[in-house]
Amino acid sequence: MIADLLIVAAIVALALPVVLARSAFTAVALFVAYGLLLAFAWVRLDAVDVALTEAAIGAGLSGVLLLGAARRLAGGPPVEDAPPGKAQVALIGVGCAGLAVALGAVILALPDPAPSLAEPVMANIAAIEVGNPVTAVLMGFRGLDTLLEAAVLVLAVVALWALAPDAAWGAAPGWRQPPATDGPLALLARVLPPIGVVVAVHILWVGADAPGGKFQAAAILAAMWLLPWMAGIAAPPPISRAWLRIVIAAGPVAFILAGFAGSVLQGAFLAYPPGYAKAVIIAVEVVLTASIAVALALLVLGPPAEDRGA
Amino acid sequence: MSAGMLPVLAVMLPVLGMVLALPLGARGAERLTLALAPLGLAVAVAIAVVVYGGSAPIRHELGHWAPPLGLAFRVDGLSAAMMVTAAVVIGATALFARGQFGTAAGEAETRRAFAFWPLLLAIWGATNLALAANDLFTFYVALELLTFAAMPMVALDGKRETLEAALRYLMFALLGSVLYLLGVALMYGAAGTLDVVVLASRAGGTYPVLLAAALMTAGLLAKTALLPLHLWLPPAHAGAPAAASAVLSALVVKGSFVILLRLWFGVLPGIPGPMAAQILAGLGAAAILLGSVAALAQERLKLLVAYSTVAQIGYLFLMFPLIASMPGTETAAKAWTGGVVQAVAHAFAKAAMFLTVGLMAARLGHDRIRDIAGAGRALPVPMITFGLAGLTLMGVPPSGGFAAKWLLLAAAIEAGQWWWALVILCGGLLTGGYVYRVLSVGLRAGEATAPTRSADGQGIALVLAIVSVLLGFLPLGAFGLVQIGRLDLGP
Repeated sequence: MIADLLIVAAIVALALPVVLARSAFTAVALFVAYGLLLAFAWVRLDAVDVALTEAAIGAGLSGVLLLGAARRLAGGPPVEDAPPGKAQVALIGVGCAGLAVALGAVILALPDPAPSLAEPVMANIAAIEVGNPVTAVLMGFRGLDTLLEAAVLVLAVVALWALAPDAAWGAAPGWRQPPATDGPLALLARVLPPIGVVVAVHILWVGADAPGGKFQAAAILAAMWLLPWMAGIAAPPPISRAWLRIVIAAGPVAFILAGFAGSVLQGAFLAYPPGYAKAVIIAVEVVLTASIAVALALLVLGPPAEDRGA
Repeated sequence: MSAGMLPVLAVMLPVLGMVLALPLGARGAERLTLALAPLGLAVAVAIAVVVYGGSAPIRHELGHWAPPLGLAFRVDGLSAAMMVTAAVVIGATALFARGQFGTAAGEAETRRAFAFWPLLLAIWGATNLALAANDLFTFYVALELLTFAAMPMVALDGKRETLEAALRYLMFALLGSVLYLLGVALMYGAAGTLDVVVLASRAGGTYPVLLAAALMTAGLLAKTALLPLHLWLPPAHAGAPAAASAVLSALVVKGSFVILLRLWFGVLPGIPGPMAAQILAGLGAAAILLGSVAALAQERLKLLVAYSTVAQIGYLFLMFPLIASMPGTETAAKAWTGGVVQAVAHAFAKAAMFLTVGLMAARLGHDRIRDIAGAGRALPVPMITFGLAGLTLMGVPPSGGFAAKWLLLAAAIEAGQWWWALVILCGGLLTGGYVYRVLSVGLRAGEATAPTRSADGQGIALVLAIVSVLLGFLPLGAFGLVQIGRLDLGP
């Protein structure tokens, strides 16, 4: 109880300076710390899957993305827009405070015990043939949402590349990093990837029966791909490469084909044949992990850029 | 194949096409889109025939898991009518866009062509998903797909002002997403399910449900661009390339509108009080009047058409108090049909108008209204298209817009809420004003010439405008389609 109160207090204490920080860099650093604390809170709530995702995507990848944005903003010309007036700031503050109070009030008014689908999930999990109820929901009961979220990731890559300068079309994404010959980055970039890949494969594999799964594994894989790039010892492939585009699309395509196979064989989209459900789910998850990892890494790398130097 | 497969195909064909567009490249994606367009139209028409013939919605439980544990598609008359609309508008836009975003054999892939086709397919798939889904979180996924496809469409030209417009749109849309998602979480906490039909029997008027509904409504209004949350729309829709503007105005804002209908009349029939419905329609009335006046004041043709969208969105919200105050009556049925036909007629008319205005701007080299004198002779077909689409927007008989506005007007008078009838009449006059302003300048003798004879799609825009008018010739019985499976009358 006291530990929980401490975590809650620390989350609020970190959230405030994220909003109030004057420099973008400070705000991002605090935001990453805030994300990690949130992950702790999820662990305390026994939601280990959510905690892993929060740490890997919420704090990790989002943090890297925001750091990149802060760095680009710092190098650019100062913002021309006039800062919001006092009245506007006050209005936003009052609005947010009012919403927070209302949320706090209605959360106390929610039914207790909370109505939940946990029971029917556990009653039907045998049909999905996996041990982790989160995986059963994501790949089974609500498989459509997961399928479409995977498609959103492909769309995100298209949207990002659409922002490229015309002259850079087809080039490699991201800025060229100066090679790091010594120091921790150079060492980590060489040592960490083999270990990281093993960890990612493990997290993907146990995801069927224990906390873990494709999104967390893909985030680690993406990080392992980005490390050598950040250290300047490996260059990302040009976005016109056929294999790169095929890998991004393969996961969602496999998922959709599995869905249609259910239509043909079982009479409903995304219905898995009894006895083969786990095999189909794992096969789709393996391909999806590769697609998500590449898509996440490309999102961090940014659009193809002209100023890649020699 | 069972009828349940039809909604699956309607959603999955465009999504699969969007994903495949990446490895296929710009030229392959273009050909795939043009192949999928007639296929998708056939699926949508088949859905409409099945729904109309069976007088019942099509249901399909995904993976055989029934809600609340699983997800189900539920396609009623509203969905069927909108799906046919979406398929026609997407198909016409794809044909039109070949001129601007086409890639000839052997030509190198360009950024704009690479991005356009998957974005178009994503908007199609997301629209169909918003129409077929029956679950508050699946709606959220549809909204995300819509936003992330529409935002880059706005910035496709890569100019500074379009990037700014896209960024502003993104801010509004993300604010809408956050509010909507917050409401979804509260709703699950209160009722333990997100299925629309199951929620209708479980969600009472408790404080958590009311706050959730308020948050979700605010979020959806930001995405639908109802005044005063419309600020992002004019620069975004006017700055996008013509083909993009057409789908943004015709379809994207309707996706979040349909979800709002599901929330108010599916999840919470009768729970938001009559006052809330009056406020919503009040905002709609303000949008009609202020949006039309703003359109009258514009100097540029594309901005005029964009402000006209702000105004026409307002009409969609007049149905709320008319249904809320007289639930289950013939008046409510009229208001419902009027609102849905307005969404459909506006989709055709506005797609036609944006395509034709884009064409005029490309051919004349500018879109300043006061300098288009002579366009009537130089560009007769686009001027006729603009006029026909304008008839529907004004609500002049016989046109789809007339049918819609007449039904709303009749419902307002039957419900004793004469003030909405007044707004409809004033809106029609103001719309006539800005359409007339363009036509009167364009038909005057003048210097405007069309030096560039680019590959054009003026016939495509004309066909869309004619469809928007022909809707008014449909026998009233055909409009019965949109009554089938109305959620406020029970699942």
